[in-house]
Amino acid sequence: MADDVWQVAVFTLTMAVVATLVMLPPGIVFAWLFARHRFRGCTALETLVMLPLVIPPVATGLILLRLFGRRGLFGRVAESVGLELIFTWKAVILAMAVMGLPLLVRAARTAFEQVDRRYEQMAASLGAGPLRIFFTVSLPLAGRGVLAGVLLAFSRAVGEFGATVMLAGNMPGSTRTIASGIYLYTEVGNDAAATSLMLVSIMIAFGSLWFSNRLAQPQL
Amino acid sequence: MSFSLTLEFTLQQGEFSVEIDERIEADAIALYGPSGAGKTTVLEAVAGLRQPERGRIAVGDRTLFGSESGIDVPARHRCIGYVRQEVALFPHMNVRQNVTYGAHGAPMEDLARVLAVLDLEPLVERQVEQLSGGEQKRTAIARALMAGSQMLLLDEPLSALDVALQRRVMQYLVRVHDEFKIPMLYVSHRADEVSMLTNWVVQLDNGRVVASGPSEDILARA
Repeated sequence: MADDVWQVAVFTLTMAVVATLVMLPPGIVFAWLFARHRFRGCTALETLVMLPLVIPPVATGLILLRLFGRRGLFGRVAESVGLELIFTWKAVILAMAVMGLPLLVRAARTAFEQVDRRYEQMAASLGAGPLRIFFTVSLPLAGRGVLAGVLLAFSRAVGEFGATVMLAGNMPGSTRTIASGIYLYTEVGNDAAATSLMLVSIMIAFGSLWFSNRLAQPQL
Repeated sequence: MSFSLTLEFTLQQGEFSVEIDERIEADAIALYGPSGAGKTTVLEAVAGLRQPERGRIAVGDRTLFGSESGIDVPARHRCIGYVRQEVALFPHMNVRQNVTYGAHGAPMEDLARVLAVLDLEPLVERQVEQLSGGEQKRTAIARALMAGSQMLLLDEPLSALDVALQRRVMQYLVRVHDEFKIPMLYVSHRADEVSMLTNWVVQLDNGRVVASGPSEDILARA
């Protein structure tokens, strides 16, 4: 494999891992909230979190660009603290995290819903507070489903294209990912590089999805 | 030893309601009656897992729930050990982790004593799914004992066991009662269990108290 192809693959994997770690805390909190609580605005919030699943990824990218661009709501805050975001590797992570989050939330929510409430009630009657119940009972019992969601979200992050290109561009060495690399190499007629990246993405996606499906299956 | 228990509350669950107004001096009380009488519902209200619409629940002079006084002690602060019918041991923990889950820094001697009384020492490192039905019941009783310094709630602890195991687990319950002197609220629909373990019976039917008194009197009439 050529050096630049190898570099793109390693960069994408690194960004996808970091993006998965970034989306993990909010993803688990959202999943648990949606599984266990009903509150005012719950459906609206859930719809908002799930929106990147159904709208075109470039539209999500455009929304993020408007929000995190220099004149955007969060962009101005980021600029005021000296944080450069757009068209950097940080934008790659942001785009991957936003696009992967709905898959993590959806899988983890199902996993939390499947935890028998009796265990949580029993933990409460044994003197445990909500945080202890969450970390010692709910999360471990939902662990397989949450991990399956993490792998799904990671796979989505690895394959992310539309939002990433809108928010981070396609710059070699700094924001080029496997997906944007395949697109560019195909455009310029570098079939060998495009095929190499395609095979890498298939291997990563197949491995992650296979493991995710194994985890999602009920234990015999 | 005796303790006072005040159960005077209303629960509404569709068409189902319970109203109990009793002050009892006894150390092992049975909630006795047929399936659907409301026995488990009462236990859940005492444990703090179900909130009554109104009324008062008190153990001794400690009010756990009072709609007029606005008191509703959370389940985790009630210091009540609860053994559910289906035991609900944490499946991802071993016996020791289950038993000590609600121990809150209790001394090691307490743990050793509970494990000894219930013959659980050889099983402490076993995972829950490796336990037999009787061993699971004993583990659940031990877990409740380590957590519940004020009272022990037992919901049909002999259900789903064969006759031989029922006899063995009952022996353990009698031993727990004698050793720890902890007040018990025991739910059952079987007269033989009730007469063996309890000295006071509150008979329930269709969500209401129909009789209350010493075990031998109530069971003779039932």
